[in-house]
Amino acid sequence: MAELLHVKDLVTQFKTESGVVKAVNGVSYYIDEQEIIGLVGESGCGKSVSQLSVMQLISAPGEITGGEVIFERENLLEYQPHGPEMRAIRGAKIAMIFQEPMTSLNPVLTIAQQLTEMLVLHKKMNADDARKKAIELLDMVGIPAAEKRIDDYPHNFSGGMRQRVMIAMGLSCNPKILIADEPTTALDVTTQAQLLEMMKNMVQQFRTSLVIVTHNLGVVARYAQRIYIMYAGRIVESGPTKEIFGRPRHPYTIGLLKCIPRLDEEEGKKLIPINGLPPNLINMPPTCAFLPRCSWKIDKCSKKPWPELTSVSSNHFIRCYVNTKEKKS
Amino acid sequence: MKQNRDNTILKVTDLKMYFPVMRGLLRRKVADVKAVDGVSFNLIKNETLGLVGESGCGKTTVGRCVLSLYRATAGKIVFQGNDITSLSEYKLQNVRKNIALIFQDPYSSLDPRQSAGSIVGEPLKIHRIAMTKGEYKDRVEELFRIVGLDPFMADRFPHEFSGGQRQRIGVARALACDPSLIICDEPISALDVSIQAQIINLLEDLQDKSKNLSYIFIAHDLSVVRHISDRVAVMYLGHIVEICQSKALYEKPLHPYTRALLSAIPIADPFIEETRERIILKGEVPSPLNPPHGCPFHPRCFMAIPECSQAMPPLRTIDTGHEVACIRV
Repeated sequence: MAELLHVKDLVTQFKTESGVVKAVNGVSYYIDEQEIIGLVGESGCGKSVSQLSVMQLISAPGEITGGEVIFERENLLEYQPHGPEMRAIRGAKIAMIFQEPMTSLNPVLTIAQQLTEMLVLHKKMNADDARKKAIELLDMVGIPAAEKRIDDYPHNFSGGMRQRVMIAMGLSCNPKILIADEPTTALDVTTQAQLLEMMKNMVQQFRTSLVIVTHNLGVVARYAQRIYIMYAGRIVESGPTKEIFGRPRHPYTIGLLKCIPRLDEEEGKKLIPINGLPPNLINMPPTCAFLPRCSWKIDKCSKKPWPELTSVSSNHFIRCYVNTKEKKS
Repeated sequence: MKQNRDNTILKVTDLKMYFPVMRGLLRRKVADVKAVDGVSFNLIKNETLGLVGESGCGKTTVGRCVLSLYRATAGKIVFQGNDITSLSEYKLQNVRKNIALIFQDPYSSLDPRQSAGSIVGEPLKIHRIAMTKGEYKDRVEELFRIVGLDPFMADRFPHEFSGGQRQRIGVARALACDPSLIICDEPISALDVSIQAQIINLLEDLQDKSKNLSYIFIAHDLSVVRHISDRVAVMYLGHIVEICQSKALYEKPLHPYTRALLSAIPIADPFIEETRERIILKGEVPSPLNPPHGCPFHPRCFMAIPECSQAMPPLRTIDTGHEVACIRV
């Protein structure tokens, strides 16, 4: 499949009183047409900021200071964040769903007003057509009695229903890419399952690529084709889902997989936690950010700067000096 | 099986907790929110009982009733042989020395204006456990060490700690009076994945060492609950629908809700996920203000028959220690 979006060496910084926070520090990734990729990491690793940077939704004191975002042969970072080119892409070609369905809908506008706005703006539809289309979309995402519910306000809907509205809104202009930033984290498990299955079917139907940003390894294991693991503003491992889960190579990924309890694990199994804390992103040393928590470290790690992503097998990359394939002595 | 009668530390019988809904000028009671509607279970020494369910199922309310933070509408709570359901506030103080609580949010459950040391030491003063200043200081230091914090941190304030460390302070506070029962209300859901395992292991180690510490572990994450618990009770709309050994829960879940809940949780393994069937439930959890007649799960149940709407089925013993409230199994 053809490559759709290619992010190269993206750097996003926040200038704070205590120093410059490098939230995204040289992130590169790509997504193909109709592909589902997962971006995994803990809070503060830069996964959300990297996605907001692609959309140019970073506000002061944040600033995108480097890199390229190539979408349909154009570098989006050359456009002004508020310029007409960027506005034509945002929502129409690249859409985004946020974590909090409670706060991402406007409480004083009806669903109809919020859903048709995009269609009128981007698709130049008239009000009647837009309304018809909006009802159709709500129907598709599984909102019962869509013709009636469309005139309700967000507070009339439950959390799961609001997130369905968000998905309908995200897909309303038939975008090329849908970025879902922790789309189900705030929801109950059974609702989560409903929504993820629905979202997967919808993107297949719309031929949209999907970026799932999450901390839940189970979600990406089920839905993503390729995975990027992020730590402290950088991608530390990337590869096809089965490769990453079957043969994880970066110490952080290995640790992450060992520290989560699994439903199918044996009785009495102990979890192996990753010791220590994620690093402070201000004044980061040039060495590997995972080094203080790493149980695989070798002398080279503390002497040399953080290595580049290197290939360990075709399409599987890690940012590490240690050969974790060999058993730890 | 150590299901010895003498070992029972807590026995809850037919617990009901209704919250009245008041309306109108005269604040007349118009309805009841039946948060907990007839829950019975017992807990033996050194055991962990997991309470799991989606938001609004009443799992937190059960925990709070056991602590007598809410006065139960009906039912009986017997703790260490004494009926504590209708004790006076004064007499409850003695009971609360033996039952502690760990909260979900380590950010809002610690007083920002109190030092970590005085947060941990406060129960010692209230229950007059430490008589001299020296004793008090020694005990606080000991508690800090037990939970894996450096005693010199006692002078610091909550904002100087990370989320994981704050939750350790919360655990230390709960341990202060050497309780025989700790109610853990979603103790890890606000923490990052790599930190969660640290707290789970800490709780497990404490129990192994003390030999006289039981937990009621309340959470919505089934894989975590299964990992830490000896037995698991699955709740739905104020009822326990299934209670069994945690091993049996994954291997042979019987209640249709338990099966749906289990299947909704993705396992972090793409090879298993590939072949795993998912039971997607229809609709959402009904409001506890107006619960469906009969079995509360029947409107969403994929196994429902007309008889299901007649009456709430009682828990039946299917196997040793395995009870289910369903007429279809």
